[in-house]
Order: sequence, then structure tokens, then C-alpha cells
Amino acid sequence: MNRRSALKPLAVTATLATTALALLMTSSMVSAETLRWARVTDALTLDPHSQNEGPTGALLHHIYETLVQRDLDGSLQPRLATEWSIHPDDPTIWIFKLREGVTFHDGSAMTAEDVVFSFERVRHENSGFRALHTAVTGATAVDDLTVHVQMAGPSPLYVQNLTNFFIMDSGWAAANDVVVPQNFAAGEENFAVRNTNGTGPYTLVSRDPEVRTVMARFENHWDAAPQVTEIIYTPIAEAATRVAALLSGEVDVVQDVPVQDIQRLDETDGIKVTTGPENRNIFFGYDVSSEKLISANVDDNPFSHAEIREAMALALDRDAIQQVVMRGQSQPSAAPLPPFVNGWTEALNAYGAPDYARAAELVSAIYPDGFSVDMHCPNDRYLNDEAICQAYVGMLGRIGITANLVSQTRSLHFPLIENWETDFYLLGWGVPTFDSAYVFDFLLHTREEGFGSYNGSRYSNAEVDAKIESLSTMTDLEARNGVIAEIWAQVAADRPLLNVHNQLLAYAMRDNINLAVHPENQPNMARVTFGN
Amino acid sequence: MLAFIIRRIVQSTVVMLVVALVAFALFRYVGDPIAAMVGQETSLEDREALRTLLGLNDPFVTQFIRFVGNAIQGEFGISYRLQQPVLALILERLPATLELAFVSGLAALVFGIAAGVYTALRRDGVLSNTIMAVSLIGVSLPTFLIGILLIWVFAVELQWLPSFGRGDVVALPGGWDTGFLTSSGRKSLILPAITLGLFQMTLIMRLVRAEMLEVLRTDYIKFARARGLSNRAVHFGHALKNTLVPVITITGLQLGAIIAFAIITETVFQWPGVGALFINSVRAVDVPVMSAYLVFIALIFVVINLIVDLLYYAVDPRLRVERSAARH
Repeated sequence: MNRRSALKPLAVTATLATTALALLMTSSMVSAETLRWARVTDALTLDPHSQNEGPTGALLHHIYETLVQRDLDGSLQPRLATEWSIHPDDPTIWIFKLREGVTFHDGSAMTAEDVVFSFERVRHENSGFRALHTAVTGATAVDDLTVHVQMAGPSPLYVQNLTNFFIMDSGWAAANDVVVPQNFAAGEENFAVRNTNGTGPYTLVSRDPEVRTVMARFENHWDAAPQVTEIIYTPIAEAATRVAALLSGEVDVVQDVPVQDIQRLDETDGIKVTTGPENRNIFFGYDVSSEKLISANVDDNPFSHAEIREAMALALDRDAIQQVVMRGQSQPSAAPLPPFVNGWTEALNAYGAPDYARAAELVSAIYPDGFSVDMHCPNDRYLNDEAICQAYVGMLGRIGITANLVSQTRSLHFPLIENWETDFYLLGWGVPTFDSAYVFDFLLHTREEGFGSYNGSRYSNAEVDAKIESLSTMTDLEARNGVIAEIWAQVAADRPLLNVHNQLLAYAMRDNINLAVHPENQPNMARVTFGN
Repeated sequence: MLAFIIRRIVQSTVVMLVVALVAFALFRYVGDPIAAMVGQETSLEDREALRTLLGLNDPFVTQFIRFVGNAIQGEFGISYRLQQPVLALILERLPATLELAFVSGLAALVFGIAAGVYTALRRDGVLSNTIMAVSLIGVSLPTFLIGILLIWVFAVELQWLPSFGRGDVVALPGGWDTGFLTSSGRKSLILPAITLGLFQMTLIMRLVRAEMLEVLRTDYIKFARARGLSNRAVHFGHALKNTLVPVITITGLQLGAIIAFAIITETVFQWPGVGALFINSVRAVDVPVMSAYLVFIALIFVVINLIVDLLYYAVDPRLRVERSAARH
């Protein structure tokens, strides 16, 4: 008691005394040029073809550039390629026309040779991106500014895979012995891990991994000069410290704002929060095809009954999860597909109000005493992932299903899904190609060579499989969209996945900074403008 | 003497091996490193190929022997997460941790002894009671909470000190980056050093106080007073000197603990030391860094213990007598 009464007046005085100071500081803090940017983790490497991982790509987009880029609305925009098309005489060839007058940071010109080299490098077995380029058999430079990419078969949507495909300088790579990405089994560090030579709007000034990365504007960049002349990027792992650094004026933009702090930050003078939908869905999956479950207390597989799956959908109160667990930071939806992805429809998205009475009836008709099963959940991967699972455990309890929650770290959770060691799990899925086929290939096609690596539902429908496979080579996009709609109709009827919501992203920043939320969570500081 | 040292070194080696074995056994429960290394598009076949390439499919014993064999040659492999050689990575981060540990250890010692002496001499004073009450916070509040409170008061509200990081550093020869030479570096040290040292300070203070009270009751203090010595000479010349023996022992051992416990403080303050490196590595199941770090911490403890043992041997004549007597 003594301690509290002694500290309280002190804290109050401190608050009063410094509010004025804080206001003064925030208005003068942001110089028009330097932007201090913080997020939870650092880029793992600066090698553009090594790690296919979010923060790594977001940082690299400032130093290296891609042929095409994803705009805020999800559309493809030209970047190093000005035009791209399928060869009129051969549907297995993609043609890319390159931008003229692009130079790397060391002054050498960017030509078709560099693009061809980058295609080779990104397909090397050490590359973390090679899975996106398996359909490529080779790339050739037709002239200095034209590249032909030969595909194994018609691949009308391949260009959608190129939004994180960075172009590297072939001469620089050869000179520094980095023609292939890092080999993890080798004992040496690749030069490209900490050194760069890209064409991007910023050059690397200094890099202290997990401490600070400084980038300066590249004056010979082909595009209009950005307002931000210097970027200082600092990872701050602890959420409270990250928010404190923004409040104290030590950083200007914070990504990965904790859900519980969004409202408070938005109400703070001098600070604003922008939110937008992320390209990521959160859903439950359950084993629909095994004879018997690993963890259930009944002899058959409850999830194989359509009635049970219907009951579980009826028991999921998405609005309650949005309001209570997510504090408004989500878009409830019945479709396991973000809204800007090709194939999304209002009808797929629509969901009804929960009906516990009806759901309980459906369960007790098959299992008069109900049943119990383990639910696996990550606790450090998605926004409030564990809390979502807890909320749903409570809802299932109301209809006679006892879910035993097992929540653990991501590196323990995901192998369970890959190895089919879980009956019932939470998963989030982003769609980098912005096309439904990506969801079908990984989540809904029967698991076999090259398909279904995250099909933890063990969903298997030969008819659906055939349709999924036909998508990859269909060149008539209208007919293709028809097939996508058919597949979604079948999937909605079979319910192998139970979607909860789409995640929202929030960036917090000083009042005079304008930065929109990028659906892939790759904010581009070259686009930042200052002023209200 | 030589035989004693050799025996201790052999024992230390066994301890190190056991630590490595336990650490290695624990890694199997941390998760799958491959999941953190590859993108979601990677096929199951490619994941399996990478697992084989890294030797993660080999039997436990094979993996362990390979690790020990490489470690003896100073070869700890390459970080799965940061793709840099592990040994270089740890050595790069070590100055930050050691400077933080040094400053907080020193502060704990100086303030701990001063406060301990003061509270022992003025047992019923208001200030003494305040110090004792505040020191309870030091032992009872978890480190991360103290850190966040300090950040809130001194960085956000008062804006006197930075909330994260190490400030500007100056590279010294020998690859040592120091934060002592810049004003931002010194300012950045204050909050993490308090957070890390508060518990040790409390410990030393309470130890000094208890020892001091004990010593002040002994006969030789009474004789000293009877000789008409001043209070100052009695308290500092006679009493304090005799309380310091256990304090020095504890401080030595706590130095290892400070380096190891820096993990939490470093995470809260985004301090770029080996503790933060370890936590990030655990999250990503970066086995090479985790194993090297644990072996490194074990090495620190073993070396400190070895030095303490040798000091005892040098300081305490009874040890030598007993040993030579036992030999006959």
C-alpha cells in the first residue's frame, strides 16, 4: 500500500510535466527525409533468392526489384518488366520486355542477361523460392531487353508467381562467387547474405543483423525520386517495447502492432493507425477421411459425418470472435480465401448466425453422449491464434463436443499438419499468387507428388483433383474461372475446412506520415509521403 | 597443485559433455527446424531432402558425436536462420552482453554493499526501512515487468533515456564493439543495467546486512569499541572487511548468472547480445546456434567455478594441509 501511494503522485506529475514536451517533440521529430521503421523481426538474409519469408522480402523490395509488383489492390503492376505476355505462337513461352535505362547500384546496366541469370539462380536447389518456379524449364535472352521463359506446359498464371522474384546482377554475382544461394550444410557465409547490388530505390549503407539496417536513396533509380531519403530499419521483438519506441519518438513507423494496443495508439495525439486486410485466412481443418481419429474417444471418425461438420459450422460464432477475441481486427468470412483473390465471391463469403440448438441436435443424433477430440493450435504465429482456439473450444462445448486444446509453438505445430499427426487444427494461409488454384493445390488436392502438402483435412475427391489439375494449363481464363467456381461449390458442400476470418494488418505511425497497408504486408517506404 | 588443476579440468570436460548431451536431447522437443527454414510452397519431398542434407534424419548418437567432433575443432556450423557462421555470430554479440553484465554487476556490487552497510547500521531509520521495502520489489517482481515499467517511466513519459537498442557503438581493435565511448551508448546502458542488476543488488544488500549484523555482535567488535576506536574505524575497518569474504564468493558466482539471465533483459530492451540471439534462435529452432550457446554458457560457469576453486586453494591453507595429510 505504501509503495502504491508513494508512486502514484510521482507518475501523475511525470505525465503532466511531459505531455507538453512529448507534443513538442513529436511535431519536430520527423525530419522530412529519414524514416525509422520498426517491426518484430529482422530480415533473415539479404540474399534475394535464399529465404521465402515475409520480413526478408519486405526489406529486399527496397534494395532489389522484381519484374512485376503487387499493388495495394492486389493487381499486377510493371516494375523492371514493362510488358509481359504469352507467346502468340507457343502457349508454353512467356515473353518479358524489360525497362530501358535501369542500372544496378554499382553502375552496371541491367540487361536480359541478368534476368536470365536470376531465373537460373532462383531455380537452384539451394533457393527457397524454387517451388514457385518448378514449371520453368529455361530462360533465354532474345535481345538486350527481351527474355523468353520456356515452361514445361502452358502456364497462363505463371507471372503471378514473380512478385517476389528479384533480379540480381550476373557480373556482380560471378565476381563475388555468389552464383548460387547459401547452402545450409556448408560452413561458410555467402557474400550475398550481407552485401547487395540491386536496382531498387535504396542502396544498402550498413547492415548489423538484428540491430539496424540503414538504406539511402539511390539517385540513379529509374523511377521518380521518393520523399524518404534514408531508411533506418530496426527489429524490436518485444511488443511493449516496440509500442514504447513509437510513443517516445524513437521510431516513426511500427509494423506488427499488438491488437490490444491499436485503439489506444489511435487515440494518442500525434500518432495514427492504418489498418487493411491481409492476404491471410484463418481456418480450422479436421481429418475428414480416416477410419478412426488419433485422439477421439469414439471408435469411428466423427468428422467424416457431414452432419457433424455442419454442426461445427453452426457452432462457430464468427462475430463473437471478431468482437471479443480480435477487438474488431478481422473480417469474418466463411470462405477460406481472402477477398482480393481470383475466385472469391460474396456467396462463398456469406455466413449465417450460430444455431447451437440445431447443432447440438445434429451431434446428439449420432453421438448421444457427445465425443472428445484434441485440437491443435499454434500460439505464436497468427494474431491471437490461441485465443481463437480457446473461444471455439467453448462454443463446441455447448453442442456436446469436448475439444482438448493443445497449443504450442509454430515449429511444433506445423509438422503435425505436414505429417498428418493431428485430427483437428488451426491454420492460416496466404495466397501470394492471388488465385484460387494456390489454395486448391496445397490445401484441397489429394496429397501426392507435388500436391496437398498442407491438406491436413485428408480431403480427397477424384473429381475435384482432376479439375484442380486442369486449371494449371487452361489458357481460356473465363472457362478457367468457371471451373474454379465449380470446385468452390463442391468444397463448400463438403466442408473440409471451416474458415473463421481474414486477418487485418495494422501499421502505427506519426500523424504526418502516409503509408497504406499492403495486402502482402510488404510496405514500400519509397511510396511514403509526408504531410496530412 | 598441478594434479589438482588437471583433475578439475577433467571434471570440467565431463560437465561440458553432459551439458551438450542434455541440450542436444532437449532440441528434439523444440520443433522442426525445416518448418522455419522453407516457404509454405515447399513440397514434402524437398523438405525431406533438406532434412537429409542437414543430417537431421541421422540417429541421435550420430548427430551428437558429429556435433562434439566439430565443436572440438571449433567448428559450430552455420546458422539455419541467419546463414552466418555460428562462432562468428556469438563472438559478434558477446561484447554487448559482457558490457551489460559488467556494468550491472558493478552497480549491484557498489550499491548493494553501500545499502547493506547503511541498513545494518541504521536499522530503524526511515530510509533504511524504505530501502528494505523497495528491495522487496527487486526480488519479487519479474525482470521483464521491471524492464517494461522502467521503459514506460524513463523512455515514454519522461523521454530521458532510449527504450531499446544499444545506441551508437565504436569498433575497437580485436572486433570488440563498445558502447562506452558514445553518449547514446552510455544512455542506452542505464535501463537494461538496472533491470538486470536489481536482483543481484538486492541479494548482495541483504547478504551484507545480515553478515554485518552478525559481525557487529561478535566479541572482537566489542573489544575494538573498548579500545576506544571511532565508529568509522570499527564499522569499516573491522566489521565490513570480515563480511566481504562471502560477498566476493557470491559475486563471482553471480557473474555467470548475470550473463545467463541477460536473456530476458536483452529481449525486453532489444539489446543485441547473445541472450537475444538465443531466444530468436529457439523461436526458429536454429539448432547450431542453440547448441553452441548452451555449450558457451556451460563453459563460462565451468571456468568461473574453476577459478573460484583455485582461489580457495590459494587462499585457504587448511585445504592444502588436508590434502597433503590425506596422501600419507
